Amino acid sequence: MSSTPQCEAMAEDALLLRFGDAIDVAINAQVHAAARRLHARCPGLEIVPAYASLLLRFDPAQWPAREGRSPHEQLIDTVLAALQQADQEREADRQVDIPVLYGGECGPDLAEVAILTALSVEQVIARHAAASYRVAMLGFAPGFPYLLGLDPGLATPRRHDPRQRVPAGSVAIGGSQTGIYPAELPGGWRLIGRTPLRLFHVDAPTPSLLRPGDRVRFQPIDAATFERLAGAATP
Amino acid sequence: MSIEVLKPGLLSSLQDGGRTGQAALGVGHAGAMDVPAWRLANALVGNTGDEAALEFTLIGPTLRFERAATIALCGAIPTAEVDGHALPGWTRCRLPAGSVLRLGGMAQGCRGYLAVGGGFAATPVLGSRSTDLHAGLGPFGGRALREGDRLELDPHHADSLHGTPQPQVQAQPWSLDPRAWFEPEPIALALLPGTHTDRLEAASQSMLHGQTFRLSKDANRTACRLDGHRLDLQQPLELISEAVLPGTVQLPPSGQPIVLLAEAPVTGGYPRIGQLAAVDLPRLAQRRPGDTVCFHACTLEEAQQRLAEHRDRLERLLAAIARRLAAAS
Repeated sequence: MSSTPQCEAMAEDALLLRFGDAIDVAINAQVHAAARRLHARCPGLEIVPAYASLLLRFDPAQWPAREGRSPHEQLIDTVLAALQQADQEREADRQVDIPVLYGGECGPDLAEVAILTALSVEQVIARHAAASYRVAMLGFAPGFPYLLGLDPGLATPRRHDPRQRVPAGSVAIGGSQTGIYPAELPGGWRLIGRTPLRLFHVDAPTPSLLRPGDRVRFQPIDAATFERLAGAATP
Repeated sequence: MSIEVLKPGLLSSLQDGGRTGQAALGVGHAGAMDVPAWRLANALVGNTGDEAALEFTLIGPTLRFERAATIALCGAIPTAEVDGHALPGWTRCRLPAGSVLRLGGMAQGCRGYLAVGGGFAATPVLGSRSTDLHAGLGPFGGRALREGDRLELDPHHADSLHGTPQPQVQAQPWSLDPRAWFEPEPIALALLPGTHTDRLEAASQSMLHGQTFRLSKDANRTACRLDGHRLDLQQPLELISEAVLPGTVQLPPSGQPIVLLAEAPVTGGYPRIGQLAAVDLPRLAQRRPGDTVCFHACTLEEAQQRLAEHRDRLERLLAAIARRLAAAS
């Protein structure tokens, strides 16, 4: 792959690897490729991907200072070596399809997004559902995916007046990104639809439907399908 | 058998050592703000693991115990009484069934811990009994305690000092020395360099490492804001979100630094002008709004060294408590 990341000792037990300083599909792909290699080759690290960086949490007691090399320096040596090795086989990205009921009560800002982007409502839906997205990172709230890959023609500024309560499952556009609210939360992104799927469920074997690096597609559904899927998703 | 919350206090929640290993899913750490105080409270009642304790803030709760229980108060100590008897902190006490424990305000410090023998019996969420108020995870759906809540006790815990239960409150004859918790102001906190420390204006850099800051009223388990001096960057920075940690010092456009605490989010997009040494996080957690702090620069090696020494001392103290309890039983 890839250029060598910049390494920054962030805390006693934390190292930050930085691959760039922009929200960019190619840089984020490097982040996830690196995360995958480190998962496979450096067990015992907690790996937290963001847009252009990876946080590594480690136990400094496992890396005692040796030959004048501090725990962080030894970890950097190990990590950079692991990132340099070629992949044996490239594991395919996980693909997750998210059904969405666009517009109406579920997407109260859809018409406004259409006006702001000078598109028809149908065009907004078609373009939003046509793209393939990448989960750049999860943050803001448990299971909230920041998705890269929005059609630039759909970029819409955030609302001036954020909502106190955005319903769980809301699919939204904020600037050049799109995302899904996993729970009822405050939020300023523009709501264009809603998924009946539960994105975050603490009692599920895998609590988050989405993981960093996953590929996501949205599938438009009608109200009857939404009801059926929502019934199936309720525990 | 349980404990009924008659009054919740200002902000009371169950906390343990925190939720680890879930940051990639957007789940923060949470957990006790003053981890050493939480561990010592547990040790005094004979708990040895990661049992949840009740963390309360500035004003403690009033609780009715349906069964006899062994308790300990550590950290900031509120006024504490049971049926007119004052209860000491930093030791363990035996409360008979039916006791009403009234915790009031604190003369010093900000956060106290109430541990019970056997721990509170909350179902772990993502591996922890900590309450994450911001994310709404953990006991009571991730909210602070309210009047009428019932805190369940471990039903299998054989909770007795020894001998037959006494009808009165009994306090153990020895206690820990809490003086290390209560330092004169302003307390000095060690600060590791942050990504953007050198992007501060020269005057702001020297202010950060020399001047005294005051904790604002804008403080919770997520973060506390520091007032007193406005810090400026050489020029505005447009940053993208990156991982942040408890202890990360951020500089929002207001120029008032914000220190992230136990419930820090997993990512943030403000300039990062420092990282509090981990050993000093519990000391900051015991400062209350209006208290003053100052920072001094430290290296990673110094921070790791102090943290290791601090952990050794705490482990020795925990072991000594366990020995003393074993000898007494």
